[in-house]
Amino acid sequence: MIVGERKPVTEIIDNLKGYRKVLVLACGTCVTVCMSGGEKEAQELASLLRLKGFQAQAQTVERQCEKEFNLQLQTGICACEAVVSLACGIGVQVLADCFPRVPVFPGLNTTFMGAPVEQGIWEERCSGCGECLVHLFGNVCPITRCAKSLLNGPCGGSRGGKCEVKPERDCAWQLIYDRMKSQGKLESLLEVQPPKNWSFSRYGGQRKMIREDVKL
Amino acid sequence: MSFLESVLQRGIFAVTAEVGPPKGTERSVIEKKCLQLRDYVDAVNITDNQTAIVRLSSFASCLIARECGVEPVMQMVCRDRNRIALQSDFLGACALGIENFLCLTGDHQSMGNHPQAKNVFDIDSVQLLGILNDMKEKKIFQCGETLKGEVKAFLGAGENPFADPIEFRVYRLAKKVSAGARFVQTQAVFDVEMFARFMEEVRKMGLHEKTHILAGVIPVKSPQALRYMQNEVPGLSIPASLLERMEKAPDPREEGVQICVEIIEKLKTIEGVRGVHIMAIAWESIVPEIVQRSNLYPRPRKEVG
Repeated sequence: MIVGERKPVTEIIDNLKGYRKVLVLACGTCVTVCMSGGEKEAQELASLLRLKGFQAQAQTVERQCEKEFNLQLQTGICACEAVVSLACGIGVQVLADCFPRVPVFPGLNTTFMGAPVEQGIWEERCSGCGECLVHLFGNVCPITRCAKSLLNGPCGGSRGGKCEVKPERDCAWQLIYDRMKSQGKLESLLEVQPPKNWSFSRYGGQRKMIREDVKL
Repeated sequence: MSFLESVLQRGIFAVTAEVGPPKGTERSVIEKKCLQLRDYVDAVNITDNQTAIVRLSSFASCLIARECGVEPVMQMVCRDRNRIALQSDFLGACALGIENFLCLTGDHQSMGNHPQAKNVFDIDSVQLLGILNDMKEKKIFQCGETLKGEVKAFLGAGENPFADPIEFRVYRLAKKVSAGARFVQTQAVFDVEMFARFMEEVRKMGLHEKTHILAGVIPVKSPQALRYMQNEVPGLSIPASLLERMEKAPDPREEGVQICVEIIEKLKTIEGVRGVHIMAIAWESIVPEIVQRSNLYPRPRKEVG
């Protein structure tokens, strides 16, 4: 899922300078699950904004990343001067595409693609590199989880299973080593992994997927 | 063939030292350090923005070192440059007569003075070795296209025998050797017993026959410095007995030098260790004394040119 973190209220208020009637728009998918941009959080933010003198209302769109869901908003949107979207960066952009004349401000910082590891804790798992190699590394992605994205790790800074860059973070290569060892596959870590083809990743510019078989 | 390579080929116990370029344009800083070291080491490693702090470039510093009559080992890290820039710098360095290259991944930018920088890490140190080795041996770029001209390069790698997972370190070294590392400079050895166990594994795999291993050493000036390294530098193993010695010593500087000399003496007796790499960070002036007291002086003569 996509994980986001709400921006500080002060930043949101700063962005809203000059507007009074504000719609706070929750998204019902990923950011609801990570408890940062769902209906509850939108209601809370709207109350805070009202305390600060805004005429703020909250509403939820099931999936802001799909225009069909956003278009149902038509009337609500037209009644407001600005929107604070609590969707991820994708939702914010799709919403703005649907209503190009309405000022839309992001209420979240989209942080990563990840998973909840325990109540209240989410961790990044995937960088969307476009060519998944995770099976080579005991299903622990070194591109995302190693601070240096080493394909031939570990570096010389792994200590006690932790990363030298952030000691509270697990060393991805320790995890890879342990997983491969438990599977009896250590041998395959001896293979030199060649330079990665990054052209499938965002380094090639914005990506697009076309599926002729499902196009209408 | 580089002078360092020829020393190692002849079976002479090699001595290299590290020089960190200045945070500015004063070439005299490099010149001074190089002149201090010139007669006492076979080559000098020039660091590449070590600990991610911006300094005069390794490439330029290598040329200054050469002008001082010191053979440089150009360190190259993957943190700041992608495969295009690294290959280009390698060609440039070869064309200007730099012959030794140490391929490293590089310290993470968060350790340095520009923690907000974007890192590159297009490739890692093992892949860099492979790319440079192909440029040398097969005359091809990473993309497969051919390059023109002679590539005289002696390629090396770093390795840390003391980092986790400890059982995997020797295998990682094996990967570097198979990728093209003809010499290896290790993380600083304080725990000689632990290093000897690592070397035992190295010999079991026959790696000491395929690559020249130079053990790293760091002379320390004070017990505080040693304690700092123990606490702050990941992947260093510092025995408690050494800390105690430094703490009780009436003259800690002398004790630090003595410990370093004793470590070098022990390293010389370990089969497969072909030399030492002295990392006297901000204390380069002590290197001549360490080399002399370790009976590694005089050094073999360099042919000028």
